Amino acid sequence: MSDIKKIKDDFLLKLKENLDLNQVNHIKTELFGKTGLISSQFKQLGKLTEDEKKNFASDLNLVKNELENLIATKINNIKIKEINKKLEKEKIDITLPERPFVQGKIHPVSQVIDEISSIFSEIGFSVEEGPDVENEYNNFTALNTPDNHPARDMHDTFYLDDAKELLLRTHTSPVQIRTMLNNKPPFKIIAPGRTYRSDSDQTHTPMFHQVEGLHIDKNINMGHLKGCLNYFIKEFFEVDKIKMRFRPSHFPFTEPSAEVDIGYEIKDGKIVIGEGDKWLEVLGCGMVHPNVLKNVKVNPDEFQGYAFGIGIDRLAMLKYGINDLRAFFDCDYRWLNHFGFDPIDVPTNYRGLSR
Amino acid sequence: MKITTAWLKDHLDTKLNENQIIDKLTDIGLEVEGVDSQLGELDEFIIAKILKVEKHPDADRLRVCDVDIGSGEPVKVVCGAPNAKEGLLTIYAPPGAVVPKTQMKLVVSKIRGVTSYGMLCSESELNLSNESDGITELLPEKYNKKIGENYFPKKNLNVIDISITPNRADCLGVRGIARDLAAAGAGILINQKEKKLDKKNKQTISVKIENEKNQACISFGSCLIKGVKNTESPEWLKDKIISLGQKPISAIVDITNYVMFDLNRPLHAYDVDKIDKGIVVRNSKKGETFEALDNKEYKLEDEMCVISDASGVLGLGGIIGGTKTGTELDTKNVLIESAYFSPRSIRKSSKILNIDTDAKFRFERGIDPLSIDQGLERAANLIQEICGGKVSEFDIQKIEDVKKKSLKFDPSLFEKITGFNISIKEMITILNNLGFEIKENKELLDIIIPSWRPDISQEVDVVEELVRIKGYDQIKIIEPEKVRKKQTLNLKQKLFHFLQRSIASKGYLEAITWSFTDSKINQLFIESNKEIKIINPISSDLNVLRSSIFSNLIIHLNKNLGRGFKDLSLFEIGPIFLGSEPGEQQTVVCGLRSGKLARQSWLEKERLVDVFDVKSDVIKSLAEAGYNKDKLYIDDETPNYYHPGKSGRIFLNKAKEKVVAFFGDIHPGILKKLDIKTEALVGFEIFLDNLKQPKKSLKDQKTQYKYSDFQKSERDFAFVLDKNFKAQELIETISNVDKELIKSVKVFDVYEGANIPEGKKSIALNVTIQSLEKTLTEDDLNKINQLIISTVESKTGAKIRS
Repeated sequence: MSDIKKIKDDFLLKLKENLDLNQVNHIKTELFGKTGLISSQFKQLGKLTEDEKKNFASDLNLVKNELENLIATKINNIKIKEINKKLEKEKIDITLPERPFVQGKIHPVSQVIDEISSIFSEIGFSVEEGPDVENEYNNFTALNTPDNHPARDMHDTFYLDDAKELLLRTHTSPVQIRTMLNNKPPFKIIAPGRTYRSDSDQTHTPMFHQVEGLHIDKNINMGHLKGCLNYFIKEFFEVDKIKMRFRPSHFPFTEPSAEVDIGYEIKDGKIVIGEGDKWLEVLGCGMVHPNVLKNVKVNPDEFQGYAFGIGIDRLAMLKYGINDLRAFFDCDYRWLNHFGFDPIDVPTNYRGLSR
Repeated sequence: MKITTAWLKDHLDTKLNENQIIDKLTDIGLEVEGVDSQLGELDEFIIAKILKVEKHPDADRLRVCDVDIGSGEPVKVVCGAPNAKEGLLTIYAPPGAVVPKTQMKLVVSKIRGVTSYGMLCSESELNLSNESDGITELLPEKYNKKIGENYFPKKNLNVIDISITPNRADCLGVRGIARDLAAAGAGILINQKEKKLDKKNKQTISVKIENEKNQACISFGSCLIKGVKNTESPEWLKDKIISLGQKPISAIVDITNYVMFDLNRPLHAYDVDKIDKGIVVRNSKKGETFEALDNKEYKLEDEMCVISDASGVLGLGGIIGGTKTGTELDTKNVLIESAYFSPRSIRKSSKILNIDTDAKFRFERGIDPLSIDQGLERAANLIQEICGGKVSEFDIQKIEDVKKKSLKFDPSLFEKITGFNISIKEMITILNNLGFEIKENKELLDIIIPSWRPDISQEVDVVEELVRIKGYDQIKIIEPEKVRKKQTLNLKQKLFHFLQRSIASKGYLEAITWSFTDSKINQLFIESNKEIKIINPISSDLNVLRSSIFSNLIIHLNKNLGRGFKDLSLFEIGPIFLGSEPGEQQTVVCGLRSGKLARQSWLEKERLVDVFDVKSDVIKSLAEAGYNKDKLYIDDETPNYYHPGKSGRIFLNKAKEKVVAFFGDIHPGILKKLDIKTEALVGFEIFLDNLKQPKKSLKDQKTQYKYSDFQKSERDFAFVLDKNFKAQELIETISNVDKELIKSVKVFDVYEGANIPEGKKSIALNVTIQSLEKTLTEDDLNKINQLIISTVESKTGAKIRS
C-alpha cells in the first residue's frame, strides 16, 4: 500500500519537472516496462488473499491510470511544442505571386450572339444557320430583289464567279429562304451569323454580323412584330423602359417595312440607351412580302408574319461602350483582353444576361 | 434627295414650321438623314455699299474701302478687287464669318499696316459661280434698299437631306414629297397652273423610235424652241440650283435640272443646229463611241439605248447626253426631250459603263411615264420666259401606250396585317390624297394606281401606304408569349457553344478574323491547290476565302508579337471553305500558342509551350464536350503545315472514320517564310462537322454507376521496345489483357540512352488493378502480372526490363 503511494508521489514529482521526450519515455519504461515499478506491483497480486487483492488492485489501477494519463499528456504537449517550433520556422511570405495562370476570353460578338439567343429563346425562337457562300437566288431573287432592283446597289456584293451566281451573303436573310424551303410553317427562328459587303471605312467593315429573325404563322401582325422587338431591346439593354420608334422604310423582302430607332442621350460622355431626345437606328424589319412567301411555297393567304435584321456588332458597341468597329476584327491582344468576356460568363435567363 | 422648305412651299401650303416638317417626313418614311446648315453659315453675309475707295498707302493693288453695312458707322475693309468702286453694292463678310469656298474663318487683321474689318466677297468665294475676278456686283434697283440685310434669304437656311428608299421614285422630285406630306395632313398640295403656251410652229426635227427587240425607250416627247437667247439663270433659279449643291451652268441647262428636281421629270436639251438631220432612238452596236457631257469617251456594248442622228450617237437615253449636241450660251435653237426609258435597261447600261447621273438615278427607279407633256410644258414655259424664243407643238413618239394600272383591294387586309383598324372612309381619303383614284365596290375597293407609283402592284402595297400615312405609332404592341415548343439550339450548335467556351477556358483569347485572307498565306495552309477566289476583293491581300483559320490567326499573332507580346494564346471558331458552292464549308476551332509558360516566374521553372500542351487543350475540350477521352485514337499523319515529327491527328476511336482534330508544332518553314519571331509556336484545329454526336445524351449516360470498394493494387512495368513503337498501342495492349481488372495504365517514364540498345526505348508504366467482386490475392495479382508481360512481349516484340 505505502509502496504504491510512494511510487505515485515520487513520480508525480518527477513528472512535474521540465522533461524532454526521451526523459518522459524513460520514466514510462521505469513504471510500465516489463520490470517497471507498476508492472512489478501487479505481479504481487498473486501473493495476496482475495480481500486484500480487491483493495490492492483497485488502488494500483487508480495510480496506474493517473500516471499513464499524465505521461500521455506530457508526451502530447511535447509533440505539440515541437510542431509549433517547426511551424515557426516554416513561415513564408504569402504575398509572393501565385503560380501563374492565364485567363481566356470570349469575343464580345460571340457573347452578344449568346445574349441574343438567350433572349429569343425565352419567347420560343430557335436558332438556324446558313452558309456564308450563297447563290444569287437565295440572297436576292427569292427575297424579291430581282437583278434590276436598285436595292441591290446598297449591297456591295463580293462575288465568287464571273457569272455572279455565287457570292458571299450580304445579309442573313437567305437563312429565311433556306429555312422556309426545307420545312413547313409555322416558323419562329433567329439566324445569327457572318455577313459580307465590299465596304470599308471608319464605320464599315467588309465582314460584319447580323441576326435575322422570322416569325410566320397564321395571323401574325405588325403588333406582334412591335411587341417582339420591344421585348428584345428592353431585355438586351437590361432596362425597364425603352423609348422606341418605328419608322416606315423599304426593304424589297418586307411590306410594310420599318426601321426601328431607339432613344438615347449622352451623359458624361457615355451613351445612355432608352432615354433622351436623340434617335439611333438599330434595326430593319417588316411583314414578310407575299412574293417571298410564294417563292418558298408558303401560301400567303394562309400564313403571314414578320422578319427583322439586326446588326450584332453595332449592338455590342452600344451595350458595351465600344467605339471602334474596326477593332472588333483587329485581334489586338489588349483589346480582346479588355472587351472579352470570361468563358464561364454564359448569358442565361435565370442568372442574368450579363454580370 | 435635297430640298429646302422654301422650295417645298412652291407645292405645299403648310402652317408647319421646318422642324415639324422634318418630323413629319421621317414619320411617313421619308427619312431625314440630315439637315445641312451649310447655308446657315451664310447668315452673316450682308448686303453692303461701298461709300469711299482710297488707295492703300503701302500697296499699289490694294484699296481701302469705307463700307456701309447698315449699322450706322461705316467699316474699313481692305480689298484687292479691281472692280471695287464708290457706290457699288456688294456682299460683305464680317470677322467671324466662314468663307464657303475656302472654309476660312475671317479675323480682324492688318494688311500692310492697315486694319481690315472683314472682307468683300467674290461670287466664287460664296460658291455662287466661278466668277473670281472681282467682288460681287449686286443690282442697285434690287438691293439698294436692302443694305444691312442678309444676302442669303433666311428661309433658305437649311437644306434637308432626305434618304429616299428605292421604291419611292416619285419622291425624287419636290412635288412628290409635298404630295406625301399633304396626304399625311401637313398641308394642302398646291395645284400648279401652267401658263398656256402659244405653240404656233411645227416641231420640224424628225424623231423616230426604232421598234426593235429590247427597245428601252417607250415614248419620246420633244419640243422645238427657236430663237432663244441662252443666258445665265436669274437669281431665283440659281438659288434653287445652288441650294441642291449643284452648280448653275446656263438658263437652259438649269431649267432642265430644275424641272427634274421639281417634278422628278428628267429632260434633255439639244442644240438643234448640231443635230445631223433627225433623231433616231435605237439600240447601240458594240464598239460605237461617243463623248459624254462628263467629258469622257464611252465605248458602247450591244443593245444600249442611244439617241442618235445621221452621223452617230448623241447620247445615252436617260443616262447622259453627249458633248456634240450640248447647249451652250450661243445656242439659238433648242430641242427639249422628255422621254420614258425602262428602268432595267437604264440600270444595265449604266452598270456596264459605270455612269451615275441624276437622270439615271431617277429613270432606273421609274419615272412617271405619263409626265412627258407636263415636263415639256414646264420647261418650254420657263425657257420662253427667261430666254425668249418661239415654241413648237409637242411631238410625241411612242411604241406602246401606257395605261394606269389598277387593283382590287380588300379593306379587311389592313387590320389583318397591322393589327388595328381604320374606317374605309379614311382609307379612301388617304389614297385620294396620294393620287389614287377609287371606285368603291361592295366588298372590294377598285383602285387606280397613279402613274408615278411603279412600286404599287399588290394589295399589301396599299396597306403599306395606309399605315405609313396613318402612322406606325398607331400599331399596338402585342406582348410576346413566353412559350418554347422547340429547343433553341440543335446538337451541332450546342457543340459549337461548348467547344468555344471550353477552349477559351484553357486561357485562349477568342479572335474573330475575316473569312477571306491573303492567297499567298492561305497557300501555306492547304495541301490541295484548290483556292476559292473572290472576283472583286476589297484589297489584293484579302483575295481568297480562307482554307484554314491558321492563315489569318497567324497574321494577327505576328502583329501581337510585334506589339511586344511573347506568350500568346489565340483562337477562333468559324468557317473554312472547301469549295465555292453554298455549303462547301466546315466549322473549325483553331488555336495558336506561342512563347513560354511561367516566363520569369519566381516559383515555376519556365518552359516553352509544346505539342503536349495543345494536345492536352484539345483532348480536355473534347472530353468536356462529352467525348470519351479513353477511346480517342491518335496517329501522326498531319498536313504539311505542321512539324512532321511533332504533330498528330485525333480520331474519336480506333475505327478512324473522320479526323476530328490536328495538333502540333507549326512547321518551322512557315515561321521562316512569314518571318515570325517566337521561341515556340504550336497550334490545333478541331473539325466540328467531323465530330459525331455522342450516342447517348447526358441523362442516359448517367444511369449506370459502378464502383469497387475492394483493395486496389498498383504494379510498375518497364518494357524495352522499338524506338518507333507507339505508346498508345502499348497502353492499349495492356488495357486489353483484362478490361475488367485493369483500371488504368499510366506512362511514367520514357527513356533512351545508356543501358538501352541503339534504336530502342524504354517505357515505364504504372498499372492499377482492381476487382469489382473481391480483394485480389497475391496469387491473382501475380497471374495478371505474368499475363501482362507475356501478352506485351508476344504482341509487340517488347522485352520486360529487369
